[in-house]
Amino acid sequence: MKRTATCSLVLILILSGCTRRQAAHPLPTPKAYGTLIVEVSGGKQIAGVGSKLPDPLVVQVNGADGNPVAGALVSFRCAGLVFNPPDALADSSGQVSVMVQLAGIPGSYQILAETPKSSGGTATVTSSEIALGYQQKLGKELSEKYCTVCHDPQSTPERVSNFDNLSPPAPHLFTDGNTLNPMSDADLIKIIADGGPALGKSPQTPAYRGTLTTAEIKAVVAYLRAIADPPYPVALGK
Amino acid sequence: MSLGNQFRTVARFFVGTAPRRFAAVSVLLALVSAIAPTKDLLSQWRHYQRLYVQLIRNRPDAARLKHRFKGGINQIWIPEQHVVDRCSTCHVALQEASLSDVRKQPFRPHPPMPHSLTEFGCVVCHHGQGAATTVEEAHYSTKAWEQPILPARYLESSCGQCHMDVLEGTPRLNQGRRLLARYGCAHCHAITQPDGTLVVPVDEPPSLEHVAEKTTREWIFAWIKNPQAYAASATMPNYRFSDQEAADIASFLVAQSTPSENSRKQLKNVAPSPGDDALQAGTSLYGTLFCSSCHAIQNAAGNLVGGDLAPELTRVGSKVNPDWLRRWLQTPQGYDPKTRMPRYRYDKKQIALLSSFLLSKKDDDFLANVHLPEPDQQSIARGKKLVGDYGCTACHRVNGVNPPESFAPDLSRIGSKPLFQVGFIRGMPETLPDYIAGKIRDPRAFGPALKMPTFSLTDVQVESLATALLAQTDRAVTMPPELVRSTAHAKYHPGGEPGRLMEDLRCQSCHIINGNGGDMAPDLTSEGSAVQRKWLLDFMNNPNTLRPMLIRRMPKFNLSDAEIKSLSDYMLTAYQASGFDSLALETSALNADAAARGKQLFYTKYACQSCHIVDGKKDKGYVGPTLAGVGDRLTPVWIYKWLKNPNTLSPGTLMPNPNLPDGEARDLTAFLVRLRAHPKGDKK
Repeated sequence: MKRTATCSLVLILILSGCTRRQAAHPLPTPKAYGTLIVEVSGGKQIAGVGSKLPDPLVVQVNGADGNPVAGALVSFRCAGLVFNPPDALADSSGQVSVMVQLAGIPGSYQILAETPKSSGGTATVTSSEIALGYQQKLGKELSEKYCTVCHDPQSTPERVSNFDNLSPPAPHLFTDGNTLNPMSDADLIKIIADGGPALGKSPQTPAYRGTLTTAEIKAVVAYLRAIADPPYPVALGK
Repeated sequence: MSLGNQFRTVARFFVGTAPRRFAAVSVLLALVSAIAPTKDLLSQWRHYQRLYVQLIRNRPDAARLKHRFKGGINQIWIPEQHVVDRCSTCHVALQEASLSDVRKQPFRPHPPMPHSLTEFGCVVCHHGQGAATTVEEAHYSTKAWEQPILPARYLESSCGQCHMDVLEGTPRLNQGRRLLARYGCAHCHAITQPDGTLVVPVDEPPSLEHVAEKTTREWIFAWIKNPQAYAASATMPNYRFSDQEAADIASFLVAQSTPSENSRKQLKNVAPSPGDDALQAGTSLYGTLFCSSCHAIQNAAGNLVGGDLAPELTRVGSKVNPDWLRRWLQTPQGYDPKTRMPRYRYDKKQIALLSSFLLSKKDDDFLANVHLPEPDQQSIARGKKLVGDYGCTACHRVNGVNPPESFAPDLSRIGSKPLFQVGFIRGMPETLPDYIAGKIRDPRAFGPALKMPTFSLTDVQVESLATALLAQTDRAVTMPPELVRSTAHAKYHPGGEPGRLMEDLRCQSCHIINGNGGDMAPDLTSEGSAVQRKWLLDFMNNPNTLRPMLIRRMPKFNLSDAEIKSLSDYMLTAYQASGFDSLALETSALNADAAARGKQLFYTKYACQSCHIVDGKKDKGYVGPTLAGVGDRLTPVWIYKWLKNPNTLSPGTLMPNPNLPDGEARDLTAFLVRLRAHPKGDKK
């Protein structure tokens, strides 16, 4: 009998060694409750797959009176993304700032930030962030080299925009989903390869067939699909 | 009955007689031989392949997918790259583009990539263990296998195993490699790249052999304590020296300083002209001489304005000795023969104005609290020891201290460093990328006795540097040489008397010539074929900008006529592209009719005015160089060949290749050659 007991004890000990206990993640206790949560900054950022976003995502919890609520609990959720911290209490100005690391798959990620309400239930806000894979990254580099000087009205210290120097029609922003989403990949590729006149549009868009390879042109299209706002419906394009 | 007795009874039943014993052994043998097939049947990859069959069953193209699906262990074998990858056994849909909506692993198709799976396999880029057929062994780090899957954010490092050339699709790798050279990592660490070339530092740590002429012991002390407090953009790292150590080093550096060649020269008789007028004139001179092409100054809003090729000048007035500054502006090479600063031919007045402007750029708070005791011999000796111990001479030239040899670890294979050799800090993730990034971010965290200083880098820069270092793998060294894309490290320097003049002007600090030089200004390799002699003479005399958009511009050197002639003759003779004889273009075709057609093409069909200005009154294009007067600037053959394919004349140019038919290119050329700055009638 003693041997049986010893055997089972050893067995239990061995088995208990096998289970890997997850360190319990202590959820902070909310000190106050809000009724509304809004995004302050850090949405629509672009970074490479698996990278940290350059800036934190900041959300704010407001009460019924519209004033920020300090000490409210905010949790961030999105499959595949890493949040630091995933749950936190709002600071004195009612805000929570979180560093976000994107997942390894390119695409647009919808982050859900939620805060519990005192009446039960939660208030939520969704922010989208964009992860670029190889193809979109290549497209981004090429766009910034060849395209944005005309397609982006914003000037930077390193690049003065040519947007205002063009005669009408004005170029479309690459984020202009309302215009670009309805266009097919084939049409966009044709415009880039053969210039505006290929689709009866302005000759101010030159032909890039002799400059970019087909793979590079597809990469530019993949990039502007990735940054489209409203987002490009992936399934519809295929 | 006790458990023991029961067991004995059962045992006796099986082994009691010989036939029973035989039967028992047979059954046991049958069970044992069934272990392997059972394990195989229950293997993970079969599980995933079953899931895949379920996944595709209800899809519209199920029949096609099923036809393409190959069960069993799948393997990509590329012996010359040492690739045996069985990843596609579970990742069965890597090449099924129609499953692009599937995000569930392991069934996600591979996103578009520059190479095919069969060319390189998987682990060349992703690391991990290709031959493994379980999730754990293939992806994660175990004791026996130390190369887990490379995190996606470092993936560009894998491109760097073969590609020494700059790829558009790898911004992180490119940035990392630039930083490796820019932050002087290669002064201390030897980094042999897969093509056998060493990483060459491009920063220019100044010589300290005559430092006492340039600045004070107090400034050296404050700088060593925290270089970024003096200049936010400084690349000099922080060694976290104590006050005593910094004071000792400052004492030694001043003590070892010898007179420079400059100090023996008579300074041109310039009186510093004080007063607001001089300051204002100096400020505007700083602008018109385009000092900011290379030097930056922080503006009132705290933003750096200017280039990063040369030191930031925000607080230069708190640093330099006024006499030293004037001598430096006159002859930089007389202080530091290796400096990249050109010898401008500034006149007395320009030196006076520039120095009064630069000396006004000071921050009285910077040295306000620095009070050092008089240096004694012990302090100097301690300073000399510190300079030797911390390898200061790996970057700076110092009298009496030789540059250290193999001072820091060789990083040529750092991307394959075995984890058992790595001393991790408690609590950090035990992976190689995390180790490399951590070591760059805060080296002393890995041991207070370590000498490596702390660099002032952002998180993104650290990640980029780690990406560049992770490319230094064992695999990269054993790649078949035909796969390694090397970049030519040309050592071209112009020769003869004009060559010496070009060295004096440091043309190659900004211009690439025959593959050697800076990337700020246009490549001059074929300049002799491109431009006309008269224009070149005028331009060197007074470099007017051609590209209104550029912020960095060619400075004015105040060259003498003889110097200009010598330089121009040399460039027009030596820097010729092939195929530029006059026969390449029938000049009689460039007549007025053709020019009229060319104008139509320019304004209507190709809308060239979107980027180029021809008529300053109505054209506004701001991207390419202005073409007003281009007929005086460029040769007709160059214009024609450029229009036919700009990329062959200037690889990587922004100008898209318009794929013009010969006739249109001729017509446009005819239009452009007639654009003269000072029209003198229509020339045939």
